[in-house]
Amino acid sequence: MKEYVMGNGAIALGSLCAGVNLVAGYPGTPSSEIIETVSKYPHEGVHLEWSVNEKAALEVAAAAAYSGARALVTMKQMGLNVASDPLMSVAYIGVKGGLVIVSADDPGPISSQPEQDTRRYADFCRIPVFDPASAEEAYRMIQDAFEYSEKYETPVLFRPTTRVCHAYASIEIPEKYSAKDYEGFVKDSRRWVIFPRLSYMNHGKLEKRNVEIAKDLSAYKYNTVEGGNSEKAVVATGVSYAYAKECLRNHADIKLIRIATAFPFPEDFALSALAGVKELICLEELSPYVEEQLLKLAGRHRLDIEINGKLNGKVPHNGENSVELTGAILKSFLGIDTGFDGIDVSDTPELPVRPPVLCAGCPHRASFYAVKKAMEGRKAFFCGDIGCYTLGNAMPLDMVDTCLCMGAGITMAQGFNHTNSDAVCFSFVGDSTFFASGMTGVVNAVYNEADTIICVLDNSTTAMTGHQPHPGTGRNMMGNIVDTVDIAKVLEGMGVKKVLTLDPFELDKCITAVRECADEKGVKAIIFKSPCIAISKPETKASIDPEKCIGCKKCIREIGCPALSFSGGKVVIDANTCTGCGLCTNICPTGAIASQCGGKDKS
Amino acid sequence: MNKDIMLCGVGGQGTVLSSKIIAAAAMEEGNSVHSAETIGMAQRGGSVTSHVRIGENAHSPLIPWGNADLILSFEPAEAVRNLKYLKKDGVAIVNTLATRPVSESLSDTGYDGAIMTDYLKKKCECIFVDSVELCKPFGSSRYFNIIILGIAAASGKLGIKKETLLGMIEKMVPEKHVETNKRAFLTGFKWRA
Repeated sequence: MKEYVMGNGAIALGSLCAGVNLVAGYPGTPSSEIIETVSKYPHEGVHLEWSVNEKAALEVAAAAAYSGARALVTMKQMGLNVASDPLMSVAYIGVKGGLVIVSADDPGPISSQPEQDTRRYADFCRIPVFDPASAEEAYRMIQDAFEYSEKYETPVLFRPTTRVCHAYASIEIPEKYSAKDYEGFVKDSRRWVIFPRLSYMNHGKLEKRNVEIAKDLSAYKYNTVEGGNSEKAVVATGVSYAYAKECLRNHADIKLIRIATAFPFPEDFALSALAGVKELICLEELSPYVEEQLLKLAGRHRLDIEINGKLNGKVPHNGENSVELTGAILKSFLGIDTGFDGIDVSDTPELPVRPPVLCAGCPHRASFYAVKKAMEGRKAFFCGDIGCYTLGNAMPLDMVDTCLCMGAGITMAQGFNHTNSDAVCFSFVGDSTFFASGMTGVVNAVYNEADTIICVLDNSTTAMTGHQPHPGTGRNMMGNIVDTVDIAKVLEGMGVKKVLTLDPFELDKCITAVRECADEKGVKAIIFKSPCIAISKPETKASIDPEKCIGCKKCIREIGCPALSFSGGKVVIDANTCTGCGLCTNICPTGAIASQCGGKDKS
Repeated sequence: MNKDIMLCGVGGQGTVLSSKIIAAAAMEEGNSVHSAETIGMAQRGGSVTSHVRIGENAHSPLIPWGNADLILSFEPAEAVRNLKYLKKDGVAIVNTLATRPVSESLSDTGYDGAIMTDYLKKKCECIFVDSVELCKPFGSSRYFNIIILGIAAASGKLGIKKETLLGMIEKMVPEKHVETNKRAFLTGFKWRA
């Protein structure tokens, strides 16, 4: 049966075909579609969940693997930082059933904070890592990853990058597959309870084992040598291998070495692949991990090879690779023409920049606007967080002063409060982020007496990554309707004395409430509750009365809604994008904008 | 068949559905297909692209510069932005209606697309499409992503049969919208044929 799926879909299908019993993860671009794909294909006998965060996901999965079941954990590379606590320890303890942790890297970065390299984690915690170069490979390699995990009783990292995760390809899958039979948990405290003595013993064992794995991986089918026996060789990893293939399509004489398992480094394979090579260039994204391994190898074995790459400035450290960049690098290294000459575009006219913006009708815009209006003329700091609402930083809203990592807004607002007592310190956190890593920060605020206003932007979904459910939505990935975890009650339970729930489109009410909170001491919370516009899709529209519009552009200047533009001296509303939220209706000084909802709370 | 087709536009214009229909139709005709598209933050009003690579020779998930046979652009400036992907003898089918980003509306630099279409004319073979005119009977610009497929099919540059594309529209569009989308496709096809 042929399926045309994304790389993430291929990872999901490969895992199902490997008999996975439990799949857990937290959404994050570029990894989110793995769990979504599992849910769309038959998965009888598989426990599937969006965990509250990556640490929870890995711990849930570790127990499954202790029980002999096969478990898959999915996350983006930043999520691996959150899961690193259990990861470092489970690497020492080991597993019984296969445990594969997919951590999707994001060179560029395209939708991430740092350009983090998961292969470093593999080295750091001493477990194998697999690095697919295409969606087709990802399908087969994830199955190999489960095999290796069980063979060596170790968790295994699986590291695709954005271009692999999001590339579509046809995958041939069997008509039938089924979840694996497994024994269940067998108590053995000498094996499953981490104590210093056990860690000492296991540390020694796993280093010895890694030597074995490196030998095993030296024969792995995706560690390959192609092309001729040239003295100048190209070494590539991940999707850079695909780029190199594209560039070398007319140069079959060039030796192309591909490393698919960066750790434990397949030394025997590399040594034999490098026979006769005098000079090489290493093409990899993110950090120069394989390049460093080759340098070590050359040092230990006294190889007379010039090793080029990021470390000697031949390959850029930052950004993703591409066919064009690879072509330019190979042109200078090999003196070959890779031939990607198109139309001369050196005289391109200045292009409009299109930074991503909050959607038309997005409730976050209304929430930010209300706080902005309420704080006009007052010193206030706005700590943002990770999600769609990071886009509140864009002009004209300009309502995100900081953004660091998941959940940081809540705690950073406290730090600002303790060091800038003359400012009102706000944090903005989405509902999913609140559950993922915001809650402990709230307890910290209450305990350490911060004066802060926590704004929970509750749109009842995990919007940025594709609308995944979370504990506040009342649905889970097993397809069940479950009790919702009420954010207001959680806040009250954690000791926040003032918790308000407001509709962000009721502008005047919101402004009054924010001012009231700003004048009070202690921790205050406002839940701005309104569904994500991409899900609720209202049919209402706003319209402009051109007679009344004086062309002052106040609506555009104040809220920067993408449905508003200016043409012929008047504001124009794009009926295809407008959702009739009424925010601009509230703002227009001449009452020129009518919306079917009338503009809630128009005073 | 070996063919590279790029689709580009602004997040929310429906480029993804068009690229999925092209990919499915090419596969239906027995080709090996790879594709890639913009996902994540840039979808929120940013520049978006879909790369469809038909044939066995494709390694990179993205089309190399100078390799695309055809660009389907939903916005004039986006065609210019991605022109580097087009082959010297490639064709660009371009919606002439400019989408002004919020930042433009704020600063009012007067971006209207004419500079872009003039530039494109000098650089490659272009088929300019007035989407406002063609979408009028449908009462929404949302059908442009299917209309442009009809134009591409009629241009002969897509290399996929009209019937195959219609079949995929039938399969991939929600049932209640199938008839309107088929009409949209045929509107585009007739406009160019």
